[in-house]
Amino acid sequence: MHTLHFDENKCLACEARDCLTRCRYMNMDAQGAAAELKKLIAGEDSPVLHDCITCYACEEYCPMGNHPFYLIVSRQEALGISPLPSPLVRQGIQMGIPFRGEPEIEKVDGLALNMGVFSGLSHLISGKLFENVTPISTDSRKMFHYFCQLMYLHYGKVSVINERLEGVMEAISAHDADAVVHFHDECYGTYTSYAPAFGMAVPFKSIHLFEFLHDRLTELAGEIHPLGFRVAYQRPCSSRLSPDKHVFVDKIFDMVGVEHVERQYKNEEALCCGSTIMPQKRPDSRRFCLDIQRENIEDMKRAGAELCIFNCPACMQTLWKQITEYGIMPIWMSDLCRMAIGEKPA
Amino acid sequence: MDAVYRALVDIVGSDYVSVQPEDLFTYSKDLGTSEPGKPDYVAAPKTTGAVSRILKLANEHKTPVIPLGGGMSLAGLALPLKGGIILDLKRMDRILELNEKGRYVVVEAGASHGKLTSYLHKHAPRLMHSEPGAPPAATIGGNLAIHGQGDLAHPYGFNSDMIAGMEVVLPTGEICRIGSCAMGEKWYTLHPLPDLSLFLGWNGSTGIITKVSLKLYPCKKIREMDIFCVEDENLVPEILYELTHAGMAGDLVAMSSKLPPYSDRLHMISIALSEDSRQEMEFKRQILFDTHLAKYIREGTGGISMAGRDVERPMVSKASDWKKGGGFEYVGAILPVTDYPECYRRGAAISAAHDIPYTVLGRVIGAGHAMMFSWSYAFNRADEQSIAQARKALHETDDLVMELGGTIWKPAVYGQKLLLEKMDANTLQMMKKVKTMLDPNAIMNPGHWEVD
Repeated sequence: MHTLHFDENKCLACEARDCLTRCRYMNMDAQGAAAELKKLIAGEDSPVLHDCITCYACEEYCPMGNHPFYLIVSRQEALGISPLPSPLVRQGIQMGIPFRGEPEIEKVDGLALNMGVFSGLSHLISGKLFENVTPISTDSRKMFHYFCQLMYLHYGKVSVINERLEGVMEAISAHDADAVVHFHDECYGTYTSYAPAFGMAVPFKSIHLFEFLHDRLTELAGEIHPLGFRVAYQRPCSSRLSPDKHVFVDKIFDMVGVEHVERQYKNEEALCCGSTIMPQKRPDSRRFCLDIQRENIEDMKRAGAELCIFNCPACMQTLWKQITEYGIMPIWMSDLCRMAIGEKPA
Repeated sequence: MDAVYRALVDIVGSDYVSVQPEDLFTYSKDLGTSEPGKPDYVAAPKTTGAVSRILKLANEHKTPVIPLGGGMSLAGLALPLKGGIILDLKRMDRILELNEKGRYVVVEAGASHGKLTSYLHKHAPRLMHSEPGAPPAATIGGNLAIHGQGDLAHPYGFNSDMIAGMEVVLPTGEICRIGSCAMGEKWYTLHPLPDLSLFLGWNGSTGIITKVSLKLYPCKKIREMDIFCVEDENLVPEILYELTHAGMAGDLVAMSSKLPPYSDRLHMISIALSEDSRQEMEFKRQILFDTHLAKYIREGTGGISMAGRDVERPMVSKASDWKKGGGFEYVGAILPVTDYPECYRRGAAISAAHDIPYTVLGRVIGAGHAMMFSWSYAFNRADEQSIAQARKALHETDDLVMELGGTIWKPAVYGQKLLLEKMDANTLQMMKKVKTMLDPNAIMNPGHWEVD
C-alpha cells in the first residue's frame, strides 16, 4: 500500500499558497486558498477537487517542494470525485492493460532509451543523436508493460498507478541498463517525482530526454548548423514534475540556433494543450478547452513563432492540426536537434 | 479440352480463361469459414458482350455461372457450390462517365471502390461515393449485389439506395438497362419508371450487374471523426436518436469489443463529421456535444473519447488479429436501432461461450431507420477445430438474428435457409417465380437463394 508523503505542516505554514493562487484555471486569493488547503488536508470536499483541470502546474508552483497536485488527485479518488465521465475512466484504466504477451527482455549495455507507451514513435529516435542508446519498448504489442501509468492522475486514480507501477519498473529494470533515458517527460516525472512521493523505490537511474539531447549536441557541437527559426515550445503538463529539467529547453534552443519567442504563455505560464480538459464533465469543458487552445496558438502566432516544438505525444496529437492551420509548423524536439546536425527530420 | 473451355477461349481469349488446378484452387476458397467449392472454369470477360455470350453458352451446357467481384466476401457468397464457371469481373473496371454537376458517375461493375475513390479524388475532389468498410479492392457491382452499405449510410441509406441506373445481363444472356439509361444515354435516375430492380441483394442469382450509375455526394474539405463513449449499452439507442435528430453526422457507428482491452464493455459511438471550414465543423460540434449530448457528459454517463481524429472505417477486420492464424468472419444483420443493447449482450455471450473475443458493431442506416449489425468471430486458419468453432458461433448468431426478428445481411447459405424458412409464403413464391422466369435453367450461382 503506497501513500503520499505529504507534509501537512509545510503546507499549513506556507504563506504563498502559490499552488492555488497561481492556478490560472481557478480564481482564488490567499485567504480562500488557505481555507481550501485545510479542507484538502483534512480530506474534506472542496471546490478545488471539482474545478481542477489536472494541468499539474501546482506541483511546480509549490515553493515548499510538497506535492499539492498529488494531494488533490488522492483526495479526488478518496471522495469519488472524478474529473472525467465514468466511461472514459474505465476506458483509460483498461487501455493500460497489457494483452499481447510478455516483453522480451534483453540486457542493455550502457544507456537505455525507454519509449514507454509510444513505441509507434520509435522512428523519431534515429540518427547520430541516438547512436549510443539502446531503445526499449519499441514493440507496440508489448509497450503497455512499460506504460508509466501517470496518465491516471488526469483520471483521479492514484490507486491504479500505485497498483501497477512497481511491475512496470520491474520490466524496465530487468534490462539492466546503466541508466534510462525517458522519451517522454511523463515517464521521467513518474520515476523522479511521483514514485518517490509515494514511497516507491525506483531501481534504475533516470535521465530526461532534453538533458540527454543537450549532452549529445554538446558532443556533436562541431556539426551543428544554426537553424535560425523563431520557435514556440508547447510545454506538457508532465514537465511540471521535473521543472529543474525545463532549463534544457532554452539550452537546446541556444545550441541549435533558434530563438525561443517571448510570449505570454511561456515557461511557468504555459497553457495546457487541452487534451485532458476537452472530455471533462464540468459544464462547457469542451468550449473552455477550445478557448484555451485558440488563446495559446494565437499567442504563438503573435509572437512570430514559425515552429512549435513538442515533446509530448498527447500535446502533438491534440494541437498539431490547429497549429498547422495557423501557419506554424509542429515539430518534435528530437527532430529539431536532428535538423541542426544536418539530418532530415523523421 | 472440352467444348465449354474452347468456347470460353473464343469469347475472352486464352489468357483470360483457365482450368489450371492452381487457378481453380485459388477460386475455390474465400477468406471465411466456408468449405471450399471448386469451379470447373475461370473466365475473366472484358465486356458486357462477352458476359452475355458466356451466359448463353452456360445455358446451352446447363453449366452454373458464379459472378465474382473483388472476392472479398467472407460468407461463401461467390464460391461455386455446384461447380461451373467463375466469372471474374475485375477486368470490367472502366469509369465510363462522370457528370460532376449532375453528381453521378457511370462505372463498369468490376471497378473497385478504391479505384473510384482515387478517380474522384483526382477528377472531382468535391464529390464522393459511399465506400464500404471492405478493403478498397471490393468491387462496386459485388457490393451492390449484396445490398452493401458504407460510410454515407446514415444520411443516404444502403449503397444500393444510391444508384441511378444499371446495366444487367440476364441469366439467359439478354442485356438490359434499368432506369433513365433504358431510354437513352443519360444515367441520372432509376425512377419513375416501373420498378425492375430485381438484381440487388440476390448474390448474382438473377443476373449479372455489368454497369452502374452511382450517385455522388458532396465531399467536404475537412473530414474528421469524433468518438463518444458510454458504459451502459442501454444508452446507445437514445444517444443515436439524439445524433440522428441533429442529422449532422456522415456516418454513425457504435462498437464494442473485448480487445483491445480499452473497449471492453464500453460502447464507442463514432461520429463522422465533414465540412468545408473549421467554423462549420465547430458549429456541428456545438450542436452535437454542447446541446444533444451535454446531459450525458454532465451526468458522467458519456464522454468525448476522441475528437478531430482522422476518419477510419469500422475496423471489424481487426478482429482477425485476436486469434492466432488471422481468420475472421462475421454475421451481418439489419435490425432496429433499439435492438443494440440486446445485440451486444447476446453477441458477447455467444463469443464468450466459444472462447472468442467479442466484436459487436452497429452502423446506423438512414435517420436511424435501421442498424446494420455485425458480430465478428476470429479463428485460426490453420486449425480446423478453431474454424469449426467460429462456424458454430456464426450459426448461433444467425439463429439469434432470427430470434430477435432481424434480417440477416448478405447471409451465407445457412442464413439464407433460415430466412427462407421464416419468409411469408406468398413472398417466397414470388421469389421463386421471379427466379424461374429470369433463370429457367437455374444456372446462376446455384445453391444461393434457392426456393424449393
